Amino acid sequence: MMEKMIFGRYVPADSVIHKMDPRSKLIIIFLFVCIVFIANNAITYGALVVYTFLMLGLSKVPMRFVFGGLKLVFILILFTFLLHIFLTKEGPVIFELGWFKVYEEGLRQGIFISLRFFLLILMTSILTLTTTPIAITDGLETLLGPLKKVKFPVHELALMMSIALRFIPTLMQETDKIMKAQTARGVDFTSGPVKDRVKAVIPLLIPLFVSSFKRAEELATAMEARGYRGGEGRTRYRQLSWGLTDTMMILLLAALTVLLIVFRT
Amino acid sequence: MKKSLVQLNDISFKYDLDGDYALRNVSFDIYEGEWLAIVGHNGSGKSTMAKLLNGLNFPQEGSITVGELKLSEETVWDIRERIGMVFQNPDNQFVGTTVQDDVAFGLENHGIPREEMVERVYKALESVKMDQFLDQEPHHLSGGQKQRVAIAGVLALRPDIIVLDEATSMLDPRGREEVLETVRVLKKNHEMTVISITHDLEEAAKADRIIVMNKGQVYKQGTPEEIFQLDEELVALGLDIPFPVKMSKMLKSLDLPVSKYHLSEEELVAELWTSHSKM
Repeated sequence: MMEKMIFGRYVPADSVIHKMDPRSKLIIIFLFVCIVFIANNAITYGALVVYTFLMLGLSKVPMRFVFGGLKLVFILILFTFLLHIFLTKEGPVIFELGWFKVYEEGLRQGIFISLRFFLLILMTSILTLTTTPIAITDGLETLLGPLKKVKFPVHELALMMSIALRFIPTLMQETDKIMKAQTARGVDFTSGPVKDRVKAVIPLLIPLFVSSFKRAEELATAMEARGYRGGEGRTRYRQLSWGLTDTMMILLLAALTVLLIVFRT
Repeated sequence: MKKSLVQLNDISFKYDLDGDYALRNVSFDIYEGEWLAIVGHNGSGKSTMAKLLNGLNFPQEGSITVGELKLSEETVWDIRERIGMVFQNPDNQFVGTTVQDDVAFGLENHGIPREEMVERVYKALESVKMDQFLDQEPHHLSGGQKQRVAIAGVLALRPDIIVLDEATSMLDPRGREEVLETVRVLKKNHEMTVISITHDLEEAAKADRIIVMNKGQVYKQGTPEEIFQLDEELVALGLDIPFPVKMSKMLKSLDLPVSKYHLSEEELVAELWTSHSKM
């Protein structure tokens, strides 16, 4: 089940997007999320779609990875679409079946908002598919660096994130192990009414929590023994390098923004 | 006599001020370049010992001196640079997301410049034979491999002393052998002092010196030969005697000409198969 989740799953490949600096990718995603809201007609949405698919193409991530993992999101998008069809009652009626009427504005809103949703998800997926979680963390740490001046714990946050990322597979393995152990003791995780299945999760969560706390304590001891004493005076092993591609990509996005502003109605 | 590197002077320690002593009036020296095994059953205070050595806990009474430094709040970071620790659970001491990041963690903490870090990380991984796994993630490694990475992380800081706090107890026999062999080679090449805290007497048998702990006190110290002479006393302390020692003892009780209690299987076998020619 976990295997199919697309979020946070890195697909290694040799592409322009993979080689980009995580900082530029983060900046682009942030700006993209903002400019998506500028679009309000066919031309501007068209431009966004072309841009997104261009990025997808450049990333060389196999389509089945992208769309296979987004099934759940598609259901959500479909739901959003239907909600607009049913609830927006503006403009002329374009389709009628008994009490059920579809209005033009409903269809328009439905398509545009689903599309907006779809593009946002797709772009963020491209980010997570082409960037290792740790690179994203590094990027965030540097981008948020200036916030240190206002006492925002940037280093601690980044360290927390990287440790969380490092322990995800470990805890997954452990969950699997506990599940097997509890199944052997007669807990049924896979059948029965929802109420029973929710209850069955308790004997899974409690051991998981207990061991996580123990892990956390041991990890803290180990970190201290290795000389960890906060972000002060620490050097960095990982390095980020801003290249020509990064600047070009930012410029491309700027061009897109200008285009959107010019053509919006 | 070898040079004394660490002196423990009349150490007493309890975790809980109202509780019992975890360690009581413990004094001993650790000498340069030796392999010291500290053995004892669960709750004998041997792991507490390790935590005191690099200032993870401070003793209520007594003092610890490492080299010329007396352990205190001020010197603790310098001492941690000189004493590296490898803990029991391979997963719970792996901080980095990949092998190289984990080895670099200690170096980052000590503010080593990046160019030097790259070199040290690679060298450390090379000496534990993990240089093929630079970008590997921890969950793809075996327990033995993770412990070797942990050793590399310690090694990269170039400590004088490496403490193995039950570092092999969660590993399978192959992983255990892997880790111990790595430490043996390192000790030889880098002239390091090794303190292994263990309840595995087979492992302790290969040390230069053994300290037996019981109820927070030093019960006995000596060479492996001397310690295993204790025999029944060790069993009474909840420790098991290594198989070759047991075997030599049994053979001796059958009046077979076994010269001494052998610590390794090879030694015992060698004596047995040559014994006929001496008779």
